[in-house]
Amino acid sequence: MKDLRLRLSQSTGLLLALGLFVVLYTIYSSLHPKGWTVDVFVQNSNESFALIMVSMAQTVPVLTGGIDLSVGPMMTLVNCLASNLVSGSPFEIVTGILVCLAAGALAGFVNGCIVVYGRIQPIIVTLATGAVFLGISLFLRPTPGGKIDDNLSWVTTNAMAEMDTTYGWFPDGAPGWFAHGIGRLPVPILLLIAIAVFVWLPFKNTVTGRGCYAIGSAEGAAYMSGLNIARSKLAAYTVGGLFAAFGGLYLAIQTGSGNADIPQSGGYTLQSIAAVVIGGTSLFGGSGGAIGSLIGALVLRSISFCFRVFDTDGPMGFLANPLLQPIFEGVILLLAVSIGAARVFRVKNRLSLFT
Amino acid sequence: MTDTMKPLIALSGVSKRYGGVRALSNVDFACGHGSIHAVLGENGAGKSTLIKIISGVVQPDEGRITLENRDVTFPTPQAANAAGVVCIFQELSLMPELSVSDNISITAPPRRLGLIDRRAQRRRAEELLARVGCEDINPLMLVKHLPLSRRQMVEIAKALGRSPKLLILDEATSALTAADVERVYGILHGLRAGGLSMLYISHRMHEIEELADTCSVFRNGQHIDTFPKGARSDEQIVQMMIGRELHNVYPPKPVRNAPPPVALEARGIGWEGRLSDISFRIGQGEVVGLGGLDGQGQRELLLALFGVLRGVAGEVAVNGQKTHITSPAQAKRAAGVGIALIPEDRKTEGLMLPMGVGDNISMAALPSMTRHFVVDRDIEDKKIAEMVAKLKIKFGKLSDPVATLSGGNQQKVVIAKWLLTGARVILLNDPTRGIDVGTKQEIYQLLRDLADAGTAILFYSTDYDELIGCCDRVLILYGGRIARELTGPDITEANIIASSLNLSFPASSGAHA
Repeated sequence: MKDLRLRLSQSTGLLLALGLFVVLYTIYSSLHPKGWTVDVFVQNSNESFALIMVSMAQTVPVLTGGIDLSVGPMMTLVNCLASNLVSGSPFEIVTGILVCLAAGALAGFVNGCIVVYGRIQPIIVTLATGAVFLGISLFLRPTPGGKIDDNLSWVTTNAMAEMDTTYGWFPDGAPGWFAHGIGRLPVPILLLIAIAVFVWLPFKNTVTGRGCYAIGSAEGAAYMSGLNIARSKLAAYTVGGLFAAFGGLYLAIQTGSGNADIPQSGGYTLQSIAAVVIGGTSLFGGSGGAIGSLIGALVLRSISFCFRVFDTDGPMGFLANPLLQPIFEGVILLLAVSIGAARVFRVKNRLSLFT
Repeated sequence: MTDTMKPLIALSGVSKRYGGVRALSNVDFACGHGSIHAVLGENGAGKSTLIKIISGVVQPDEGRITLENRDVTFPTPQAANAAGVVCIFQELSLMPELSVSDNISITAPPRRLGLIDRRAQRRRAEELLARVGCEDINPLMLVKHLPLSRRQMVEIAKALGRSPKLLILDEATSALTAADVERVYGILHGLRAGGLSMLYISHRMHEIEELADTCSVFRNGQHIDTFPKGARSDEQIVQMMIGRELHNVYPPKPVRNAPPPVALEARGIGWEGRLSDISFRIGQGEVVGLGGLDGQGQRELLLALFGVLRGVAGEVAVNGQKTHITSPAQAKRAAGVGIALIPEDRKTEGLMLPMGVGDNISMAALPSMTRHFVVDRDIEDKKIAEMVAKLKIKFGKLSDPVATLSGGNQQKVVIAKWLLTGARVILLNDPTRGIDVGTKQEIYQLLRDLADAGTAILFYSTDYDELIGCCDRVLILYGGRIARELTGPDITEANIIASSLNLSFPASSGAHA
């Protein structure tokens, strides 16, 4: 019990984001005529998936005290690559998916190598490599288009039930536990959970992943404790690239095409930083985590969802103007950050405010 | 070291140079099995370098290290850890944002299927904390939420978790409370009984008496002597630690018959347990030294007077006028006379390194050179030129980045910046660290000239020679308090060192204690 309270007090940022998300999403769902239905969940999770992945991608370098401005471009790169590779025979599709994921991880690894061995600040490294990734994306996909396997697109962006209808899992009719249970779950949500549980949590619990937190907390102490700094940093950027690849791949599957959309890529990068901060990860590194960023991204998305359902005559009528959305997003971000910055009032040596 | 005892670790002919400074020269040193070996020496004697070499943080330029009669090299701290050499550093090596149990098992956590087993890790932390008598620390707490003394206990638990053969404790008790120190003594005695060897660096003589089996004295990067505890008197040890000649590089001190009018008076200054009940006065034209071992609160005291610290207790009066200073910007204008602080680290706190020499010099005094909201370049240039001439600052062009200057000239720029403000109270934090002898001499002369013109100077130095040569009075801090005030002929190396260690001998005029 005491331990639980301790754990909760150590993750106030995440809890705050979770609370914010619950409030915003409840507002949205109760104003939406089809709120709390599978269809709406499916639609919302489809719209959120790529941003969540990119935000989780951003989290890992930020934990080490760095930043990755190329998460959006990596997503776009993989998106364009997928539109060339993920179609054809089942073997080709699976290979294409694996190549896409590997490409994202490789892009992240390149970032990591330049940061670690070039000893250059992450912000400028990833600004530069981001531009390069966008350039490659344009070569892969000069105009929007390409092809993604239709069945794959369909099942990945719907409820589990479509797996059955598309691939004929149950020729004799779906059993009750499927039709009324698992079958109603949106596939993107299951994928999210799978990625969080099978990619993020294991990584966090390796010595290398722990090293990422240690580096962000006190790089000198981490070195003196005998941690392998280079390996942790390389891993941080590589795992970041992998998450971005999941995002890019999903975007391709969802739209059924590829698009080297440069403004979109920049927007995702900036939103990912906002999501990381809202989710309770410190931009100085050392504390927070990708689950927080997942929720941070959901908060950002919920804000835009809400603006679709505000009724001019309703109680939130004054908010109905969609032009208010950027202002609202900005204010939420500022509030979230101010709570995190409250530590400044406890600092006793003013000099330590600058280091 | 007697011949019958085979050393656990031995250094032979080890030297280390940092740039032009010899930190260690041709050192032979050995540490036996199952003993506590104290290393003594004043600031800069080479103790830290010795430890860093043994624990793999820096590499020796020459010489050999043998561990259990085998030649070893420790290219990294990991390598040293793997060989069983574990160091508890003076600056804590804990990660503040991580939990206690994460920190304790940071490099080699218990694992299951390749992943960190949190439960096992927590049990391990509980066991190790129990070994150091800190069962009350919850392993889930974040280190940053623990007070300093608890952090140090966690640090010890972390070191024990690496099953060391040689444990190095560098000022490991400096932040501990009295109860913890007792506990640490108990733990260390227990570990010795279990066959562990320890290198113990401490400035507290009574700790060494309580703990050590063997003592080694270092001075100027050389190993002076090693002897069993009790073989030498405290006086002899202190003499071994000094052993330097006094150079005649200091300007003569004025002879005073009556105390000068008070320029700065501090009453009962306290801060966060690091400073307590510090009261003193500095007269106009007086140079008062701040002495003592590193980290006894000298830096904090200067920062407190300069308005950098929050929550400072006590009162400060400038020229008899009570002031409440809460920022350097206010200190600059305090009571109409102004306080200046020449900071410890000129590279981060003293200078804007990429900016020009001239810009740096005029930085603090810009408000006084402003006309109609714009800086008057003519006045600025004239004042900069005055300062450059007065301090004999050498540089290419005024617009050259100050980073391109030598250390001594950089320090002159910092001093020039504050002289331009016309401050009548000047605080200096180790202003001659890392600069050449010639420039040091110029700075001593400058300080005396300023004092003769009526400026009050508070001068912290880690170099005892300087305190003796420059200061009219010296305040020795120990554990955040003034341990002793030395005046006139009482300012001697023996007195300074003895008071720095909080010993009461030699009592040539013990009434000042």
